[in-house]
Amino acid sequence: MKLWNSQTSLSGSDLVFRLLSTGCALLVIVVIFGVFVQLAGNSALALQKFGLSFLFSEQWNPVIGKFGAASSIYGTLITTVIAMSIAVPLSLVIALFLAELTHPTVSKVVGTCIELLAAIPSIIYGMWGLFVFAPFMSTYIQPWLQKVFPWVPFFKGPKMGIGILSAGIILAIMVLPFITCVVRDVFKMVPAVVKESGYGMGSTTWEVTHKITIRYGLTSIVGACFLGLGRALGETMAVTFVIGNRHKISASFFDAGNSIASTLANEFAEASEPLYLSALIALGFVLFIVTFLVQIMARSWLKKMQKSFGGGL
Amino acid sequence: MMKKVLGTIAVASVMAMSLGSSVQQALAKDDLSKVTINGAGASFPYPVYSKWAYKFNQLTGMKLNYQSIGSGGGIAQIKAKTVDFGASDAPLKAEELDQHGLLQFPMIMGGVVPVVNFQAPGLDAAGSLKLSNEVLADIFLGNVTMWNDEKIQALNPSIQLPALEITVVHRADGSGTTWIYTNYLMKVSSEWKDKVGMGKAVSWPVGIGAKGNEGVANYVKRVDGSIGYVEYAYAIQNKLAYVTLRNQAGNFVKPDMEAFQAAAANADWKNAPGYYMVLTNQPGEKSWPITGASFILLYKEQQSKEAVQSMLTFFDWCYNKGQAMAEDLHYVPIPSNVVEMVEQTWSDEIAVDGQSVWPKK
Repeated sequence: MKLWNSQTSLSGSDLVFRLLSTGCALLVIVVIFGVFVQLAGNSALALQKFGLSFLFSEQWNPVIGKFGAASSIYGTLITTVIAMSIAVPLSLVIALFLAELTHPTVSKVVGTCIELLAAIPSIIYGMWGLFVFAPFMSTYIQPWLQKVFPWVPFFKGPKMGIGILSAGIILAIMVLPFITCVVRDVFKMVPAVVKESGYGMGSTTWEVTHKITIRYGLTSIVGACFLGLGRALGETMAVTFVIGNRHKISASFFDAGNSIASTLANEFAEASEPLYLSALIALGFVLFIVTFLVQIMARSWLKKMQKSFGGGL
Repeated sequence: MMKKVLGTIAVASVMAMSLGSSVQQALAKDDLSKVTINGAGASFPYPVYSKWAYKFNQLTGMKLNYQSIGSGGGIAQIKAKTVDFGASDAPLKAEELDQHGLLQFPMIMGGVVPVVNFQAPGLDAAGSLKLSNEVLADIFLGNVTMWNDEKIQALNPSIQLPALEITVVHRADGSGTTWIYTNYLMKVSSEWKDKVGMGKAVSWPVGIGAKGNEGVANYVKRVDGSIGYVEYAYAIQNKLAYVTLRNQAGNFVKPDMEAFQAAAANADWKNAPGYYMVLTNQPGEKSWPITGASFILLYKEQQSKEAVQSMLTFFDWCYNKGQAMAEDLHYVPIPSNVVEMVEQTWSDEIAVDGQSVWPKK
């Protein structure tokens, strides 16, 4: 494997530019590796003491020094799943509307608004979630869900407006602009010729969208979703405000829970015991590995899809 | 111009009045304006520390930066010597102080109050719900789960308690407030001691967690049937319905200045090595059972005479001239007899190159 694909001999400014860009690219690897080493080193104390049970134990007791990450891992994954299952379909529909169905002026205005959503700091989402959205959830959405789906175990429990479901929905609103913007651009890049040939064959808008536009940009769309997924997994402040911060796994989405990021945000400042601190860093290590695995899975999946579907982007 | 001169004279005379005589011996006032002191720690006393620092800066020009990063952070920072003083709501034990060569003294006190949110006939004004230490512990243990439980009803015959589920709200972040509160629960309930214990963060048997005092205040306001614990100032500012508690002496007391002061007055500071004193569940007719002090941590062996004298001058001014400001913010000043003891300790134990930096009284 060659670092440079050099066809010609380099000299002067070209060489400097090459060296500079190579240096910057290598720096990324160094930083990632450095983070990995630090996390692994500092979490060693907790991981050695608890072993694999750190991943599967629900107990989190700073007083007696017993730590398990199960509730945090569960909360991270379940809020991400809720967020993605709301954000992905919505983003696709919005992006399609912006790229295909509406007047360019409308598209520009709505598009800018969505980009602005992405620029709002997460603490604002958190405060909005706590002061505005949580009361709305507890007075309207949660009673409605319990009335319409009385048999679903996810919708049982006290209607506090604070909990796993609220955190998931807030996350959905936060990742939505990221996915929407990328997907809209992907849709716009589908060559007009390809779509027009579809229409020429007598296809309806839905058929062209479904069978050509989405198919054509599928790999990039999936890529956009993983971008959103990465953000949802690591989101801290907004989740901390609305999730309820409880170290317990509950079947109900209305119940309070916690995520890895929220536990870190809450407890890091006051963790003075070495074991406590190490357990928190181990949590960060778990999040690092989860995110890493998700990225690898995304890559390999994308490759497979590219092979079987083709696609242009 | 005239105005400016008059202003300067006014400031100078205020300064002369404000700064005690001991200070004048120890330090020329002009020197204070060149000094910047850095401190870090507990968030509970942050409002009063920053108000004091602001006022003192106006009087003398001394700058004091206080970062409210939490008690644990304050202890870590002073041990790492990145700040001039640390602040903690949880006192360090005398052995730990000696190990690091640190001096500890109480700076300000405050109360932690349980607050509730539910509607019931007969439950109107703040403080009308009465609880005993045991019942409060039972609620936080999850043994009492409904507001119309017999144990609560027995204490409140005049209130028609609703069949409403109790939602416990606690701090999610590590906190000195939690330290004081769990220390109190441990003293009054052996079951709490066995099952949960005490600390800045504990494994709560029931309930939901919120970040910061303001977070708990908000959750309590949000959730019908909730009970949480916050510092007194937050209960007042957020107009939360606080609880009347039955103290060790068997009296029902409301949380107010008088009740916190009673708890402090009955404390035996003299026989507390390193001023290690937790003011929870103190004896006394009027004592509020969940009172706590916030502490300052300093190195006994200091590098710069000027810096440490400025710092002590500031603390001395806070003790002697800052009471009213503290009370405005719902804090309880340290009693004067304790202040005398503390200043004596400064003279005896703080030194630069083996020389005492604070004049003896």
